[in-house]
Amino acid sequence: MSTLDAPRAQEAVTTPGGARTRAAGGTPTPTRSKKAPSRQRDQRRSGAWRLTLGIVIAAVLIFPLYWMLVTALSTPAQIYASDAALYPQAFRWENFVAPLEEYPFLRWFGNSLVIAAGSVVLTILINLAAGYAFAKLDFPLKNVLFLAIISTLMVPVQVVMIAQFQIAIGLDIVNTSAGVVLPRLAEAFGLFLSRQFFSSLPDELLEAARVDGAGAWRTFFSIALPLSKPLIAVLVIFTFMWRWNEFVWPLIVLQDTSQYTLPIGLLYLQSQFGRDYGPLMAMSLLSVIPMLVVFGIFQRFFVEGMARSGLK
Amino acid sequence: MLGSATALEGAPGATKARKRHRGEALVGLTFVTPAVIVFSVFMFAPLVMTLYYSFTRYSGFGDAQPNGGANYAQIASDPLFWRSLGNTGIFALATVPLSLAGGLGLALLLNRAMPARALLRALFYVPVVVSAAAAGIVARWIFNENFGVANRILTDLGLPAVPWQTSGPAAMVSIIIMSIWSTLGFVMVVYLAGLQGIPSEVYEASALDGASRWRTTRSITWPILAPTTFFLLVYLIISTFQVFDLVIVMTGGGPANATTLLVNYAYTEGFEQQRKGYAAALGVVLYVIVLVLTLVQWRAGKRRDLA
Repeated sequence: MSTLDAPRAQEAVTTPGGARTRAAGGTPTPTRSKKAPSRQRDQRRSGAWRLTLGIVIAAVLIFPLYWMLVTALSTPAQIYASDAALYPQAFRWENFVAPLEEYPFLRWFGNSLVIAAGSVVLTILINLAAGYAFAKLDFPLKNVLFLAIISTLMVPVQVVMIAQFQIAIGLDIVNTSAGVVLPRLAEAFGLFLSRQFFSSLPDELLEAARVDGAGAWRTFFSIALPLSKPLIAVLVIFTFMWRWNEFVWPLIVLQDTSQYTLPIGLLYLQSQFGRDYGPLMAMSLLSVIPMLVVFGIFQRFFVEGMARSGLK
Repeated sequence: MLGSATALEGAPGATKARKRHRGEALVGLTFVTPAVIVFSVFMFAPLVMTLYYSFTRYSGFGDAQPNGGANYAQIASDPLFWRSLGNTGIFALATVPLSLAGGLGLALLLNRAMPARALLRALFYVPVVVSAAAAGIVARWIFNENFGVANRILTDLGLPAVPWQTSGPAAMVSIIIMSIWSTLGFVMVVYLAGLQGIPSEVYEASALDGASRWRTTRSITWPILAPTTFFLLVYLIISTFQVFDLVIVMTGGGPANATTLLVNYAYTEGFEQQRKGYAAALGVVLYVIVLVLTLVQWRAGKRRDLA
């Protein structure tokens, strides 16, 4: 393991170990509180103070989305009134309906979905297989290959975008969903995470399967794979989020309006609507909602994902 | 490899192990093949090509014309390059420490039992999942100089309106604000994981010694979190050097290039001006900068660990 992975490895492996212990240890035990009533009062006051502060911060952080909604429901006159209220005064659905009829927003939605889902499936197949091989199997050139791949962990997309685009031209995948998906599969993060995960599986477990006569192939499918659900969850969620929100590469590779993903479509709409913020905010909101729903459902995995991935 | 295994097959007893080993090597190679193909085609080849293009004059059509180190020489005397590099530096210097401090603050706020803790944690994280395109679009509207809600709130509070779109520094501040907004939640989550690794006995001992809360945070929590901070520092620096979308959507790099970051400049040169060779050279420079910054941090981290 070289220079850069060290901190990540530490992050992925050491910190999550403590994640569960704290849940019990961090909360003050009731017995202790009962012994000192004044301390309990202090704690309650501190809790109320923290809650208030937390609510204020949450309100500030959520405000941009709230403002998106308020503007999306307003008429142009309300938007530009200097004394407009900070809450919705109308429910102007036209802002949602009109652009949907006029622009291929649903098409963009579909493109984004296909690209994100395709990326998720391919990322999982590639990284689970390679991560397992690098962690548990012995084969020629293993270390060289792993180091070569891992050393690209910190290569920003923008460094290679010129050359990647020329390769996309060569493969004739410019202006297609495949052109968005394939080049971004070369992302070392998922592979690194997978290798870390499989490394933490005890060797004895795999040896036992082998003693029973299972080959390397069957050991992977019957033992390692069923255990890797937490890893798969993290890979699914983060890959989906990154691809759904991705900007620079789709902007480079997609040229026809009909091929756009949602973020590129939004940029296009911004140039079309100019200062007509109502419909622009409505479409922005629609583009964000699927991600918010996914987050709402899998919230636990998002928040604990990085930490959990090292668990097992 | 396969040849050597066959040659040794004569040795009795070792045969079975050899066979198994050969089987494992085959499976291993099969398993890594997709990854190796993808990385070869879309990462290793592009890296080599980028280096080659950076020494050529290339429009993307026809052949690249080698021109020695002309691109690098031009970069050295290109005022726009230095401007965008300076902008990127200022952007990173403001965004990284503020995100770290803010995220740590949020993590410390939520690290103890309190009502609605899980809900608040989720709400703090929401900006992380919002696309920069959508965030940038609403930010452009919020920071609209004449009709935006930011200036309305400022004037309602008796403060002067800020020229978010016509003043360079103000435009930069608006982008910094949005960038921090979108990373706070992530920093918080990583710090929370780090904080949860600290055993509660440590705090109890510190409380018995009569240490104040501030003192405990400074002398116990912060040093224990050092590896977490180090990881975040590396991660945040690499990611702030890649911020592209917020700038495109919010300011387009203006006014007068005041918010053009290095990656925006490379994009404009490569895909709008069609100066691929020059853009490739800018990419190489970007790579070297990120590499050096990371190595410096790693060094510092190592020295600290030894001390």
